[in-house]
Amino acid sequence: MGARRSVLDLIGDTPLVEVTELSPNSTARLFVKLEGQNPGGSVKDRVALAMVEDAEKTGLLRPGEPGQVLLEPSSGNTGIGLALVCRVKGYRLKVVLPQNVSTERRQLLEVWGAEIIESPGAQGSNGAVRLAQRLAADHPDWVFLYQYANPANPRAHYERTGPEIWRDCPEVTHLVAGLGTSGTLLGAGRYLKERNPAVQVWAVEPPVGETVDGLRSLDDGYVPPIFEMLEGAALLDRKTVVRPRESVEWVRRLADVGVFAGLSTGAAMAGAARCAVQVPEGEQAAIVVVSADGGWKYLSSGAWTGDIDEVAARARSTIYF
Amino acid sequence: MAVAVDVRLPTVLRPQAGGLSTVTVKAETIGDVLRELVSEFPGMSSQLLNEDGSLHRFVNVYVNDDDVRYLESLETPVKEGDEVSLLPAVAGG
Repeated sequence: MGARRSVLDLIGDTPLVEVTELSPNSTARLFVKLEGQNPGGSVKDRVALAMVEDAEKTGLLRPGEPGQVLLEPSSGNTGIGLALVCRVKGYRLKVVLPQNVSTERRQLLEVWGAEIIESPGAQGSNGAVRLAQRLAADHPDWVFLYQYANPANPRAHYERTGPEIWRDCPEVTHLVAGLGTSGTLLGAGRYLKERNPAVQVWAVEPPVGETVDGLRSLDDGYVPPIFEMLEGAALLDRKTVVRPRESVEWVRRLADVGVFAGLSTGAAMAGAARCAVQVPEGEQAAIVVVSADGGWKYLSSGAWTGDIDEVAARARSTIYF
Repeated sequence: MAVAVDVRLPTVLRPQAGGLSTVTVKAETIGDVLRELVSEFPGMSSQLLNEDGSLHRFVNVYVNDDDVRYLESLETPVKEGDEVSLLPAVAGG
């Protein structure tokens, strides 16, 4: 492999590593796809690049023309990925970010020169989405890529993440990943089911709705438009909630095998372990977990070294997903 | 046979349940759980179930942390000691 023309050419084609020693069932092998190896540090680099390139193709963005502004609501990783892509391509970016995200997320956005617009922490990501929608309506000249409703998001995973998993692990029986915008599961999950309809797709989510107390009623809830457009409910086989303490326990186990991953990967691993114990005795399974990011942005959480109860309590009031 | 199950309520539903964070109901299925909640706390009705009795799209219901939409939905059976939790659908990413 020779030198690449641009850092953006380094996005994708992430490594898959086997971590079966962490599986609670010896016939269920476990693999982790390390999306933290992307240049911006997360799986969202793929989505950011795909959305920007798609907008350039359709003429929504004009490469090289100065003064173009993009707007995006993000609890962190999409904002960081977009900030990297925009910096390299010369676009300006405004990210609507809930106040209570980890310090490192804010710092990384600053590294890439994105402007941060804060949304109320108590409203979580829903609040960031609503504020961004209002700002987009008030500023029609800003380009609103809107990851939650942009088909380029799941398409990035259908065209690349899914095929990479199939190439590196054709024996895959289960795909496990965090739900988030649902882009990863919709795209990679659909691709893998097309190759082998027996592949099961499991979504993992943190219990965020438990503590988002800025909601006035359940009618303030939010289901990503892409999830409904692409019939996510029919694609997913299972959806399970993982609480902060268990996520922290699993990032520590991952460290035992040399994998330094973020808290959402801990949650996804906990989901994969639940999946592994359900594999019938004597049946072979290969469970692929998508690790959304590395551990760097979570150092301030104390996840690896702090008292586990204190870390879990802090994780409940900070957005790490 | 109906069994007693604990239901954890999210912050957003607690005012309708007099501030309680956990309530106990007798039920055989998840559908029973939700109908019991609505009959005890009528303020929740429009938030949990649609007029046709189906699950509201912005509420997620879990039995022992598994979303019932991917089990047997409202027909999902509950057994002694199961923990049911309700969470609002929120964005991630």
